[in-house]
Amino acid sequence: MRISPTKFISLIFLVLSVFYLYTAYNIQVFAFDENAPFNARTFPIYLGWAGIILSSLKIILPEKVTTEVNHKHLDYKSIIYLIIISLIYAAVILKIGYFISTSLFLFASYYFLGERRWGLMFILSFPFVAAFMYLLHGLLNIYLRDPFLKYIGVMG
Amino acid sequence: MIEGILIGLSTALSLTNILMVMVGCFAGTIIGMLPGLGPMTAIALMIPITYGFDPSTGLILMAGVYYGAVFGGSTSSILLNAPGIPGTVATAFDGYPMAQQGKAGKALAIAAYSSFAGGTISAIFLLVAAPSLSKVSLAFRSPDYFALMILGLTAISAFSSKGQFLKAMMMVVLGLMLATVGQDSLSDITRFTFNNMNLTDGISFVLIVMATFAMSEALTIIFRGKDPNRAAKQISLTELGSIKVNKEETIKMAKTIPRSSILGFLIGVLPGAGATIASFLAYGMERNYVNEEEKQKFGKGSVHGLSAPETANNAACSGSFVPLLTLGIPGSGTTAVMLGALLGFGIQPGPRLYQTNPEIFWSVIMSMYIGMVVLLILNLPLIPYIARILAVPRNYLIPLILFFSVTGIYLMSFNNFDIFLMIGIAVVATFLRLYDFPMPPLILAFVLGGLMEETLRRSLLISDGSPNFLWDRPITLIILLITITIVGWQIFSTFRKKS
Repeated sequence: MRISPTKFISLIFLVLSVFYLYTAYNIQVFAFDENAPFNARTFPIYLGWAGIILSSLKIILPEKVTTEVNHKHLDYKSIIYLIIISLIYAAVILKIGYFISTSLFLFASYYFLGERRWGLMFILSFPFVAAFMYLLHGLLNIYLRDPFLKYIGVMG
Repeated sequence: MIEGILIGLSTALSLTNILMVMVGCFAGTIIGMLPGLGPMTAIALMIPITYGFDPSTGLILMAGVYYGAVFGGSTSSILLNAPGIPGTVATAFDGYPMAQQGKAGKALAIAAYSSFAGGTISAIFLLVAAPSLSKVSLAFRSPDYFALMILGLTAISAFSSKGQFLKAMMMVVLGLMLATVGQDSLSDITRFTFNNMNLTDGISFVLIVMATFAMSEALTIIFRGKDPNRAAKQISLTELGSIKVNKEETIKMAKTIPRSSILGFLIGVLPGAGATIASFLAYGMERNYVNEEEKQKFGKGSVHGLSAPETANNAACSGSFVPLLTLGIPGSGTTAVMLGALLGFGIQPGPRLYQTNPEIFWSVIMSMYIGMVVLLILNLPLIPYIARILAVPRNYLIPLILFFSVTGIYLMSFNNFDIFLMIGIAVVATFLRLYDFPMPPLILAFVLGGLMEETLRRSLLISDGSPNFLWDRPITLIILLITITIVGWQIFSTFRKKS
């Protein structure tokens, strides 16, 4: 038997709702709040049940409109590269600072999306980020934490 | 009211705010023009910029972006037959054929004049309706607010889900579930944090918007392998033609604009409806109004057919501010993003906003007029140049969207856990979008989650835990009946289509 992707997503949502409901019932409330008409558990419990009912209905009822996705047309390679670059970016941003990590992230993203005009790639990464930082930090007075630039004395 | 208008005018006409309207309209036009990126993404990308401003300026900037994005969406509809936003799909019906006849400049001018007129007329309606409704909404109690939020969430699910009501309702529940993460507002008990300190304050609204819109839309464009700018390279190089509108066309527009403005405004006020439904209804209504000869021109470059949806979608934008400013309840995903941003400024929109922060209330309304003028005098002559933005390759566009998304989150917390969480949510949202699970209901539910729990808490405590509060007050009962009607209609339409 083939299960449609929509029903599969609904099944995942059903499992998530059951887990959410289980966690909701286990929320520790104050002793005097246990039998109150409303406590920290009430709303999540309603939501858990709503999630279970809606996802079950989606699984049980026949699909009126089916969503067909042609997986051959999906660009898995580029998206995986982008997600990996983004994860690396998130991991290093605090360590090497906003300026360098962001500039490298942009440069790498352009490269992995197929761009090879090196000059333009450079301008739209390092100088672009510097200009953006100047706009935020210098003109709009929005604090931008960058330990590296602070260390070399560029930022105060 | 005169005093309020003067306060609004003095705030909106300050040099900074005029500049922000101009920047907002311009940036919104550019972002809205790019197929796949709508006003929600445009506003989300602007949120980090607004951190440095006062609330009035921030909201004025976002309102400018909203109008600009709707206007920009019509440009890609007309030039490429690729609507930037759903609200401009109907614009393409007659705008694109007109462009194919070598009258792209004229089509863009008609769209600009209609947008201007629709937006201006409905801003006058807003000026009259909002203060009156603010006074009425002071009579609203917690049960009414709770019922109203249920209605808003049901309506947005019904109208924004392309006939997939259950999927949209699942997204509503998911949005509400995400809103419960963190400390309970009353008891300070932590919920669903799994002992992770980073989740104690809950998930940031900006993070959810950036993840489900800006980042997820960028990933979707890459994932689907579609190049939103491929066709633009050809179009932007072609001659757009004259932007002059002749007398006959002006008369046709003058007939269409008033009725489409009224319709658009009224639809915009309704929770969940918004620009998309307004533009389709206006197109349909216009087709019924015109004579047989004009009717034949619909779909082939009719002035009425282009003017009606363009007027209505801008009028609906103004209309959607009514529930936000008067009740504090956004009627659409876009105004939900604005509500979230306002809450970030420490401002709670609602009936008391009119009294507590009159400068915000009035300056937003006043800035709409300025925004309309800016759209017309700044964007119309620049259209041939702005249209070239469509030729920006996705290789540059996508990384820049990701960059703005990450920067927005980084500026907020200087914490990489939030960036990891955003990437995770964006990946999930990308897959959900792929299978037509709509995101606007999730955003609206997430924004309303806290307020909904609060009003439910008050209602249940007043009624001592009984559900009677749902039908004790006539207003609550009426709102509840409307909600039941919408759900009933969805069930009925499901069975009707099956049969």
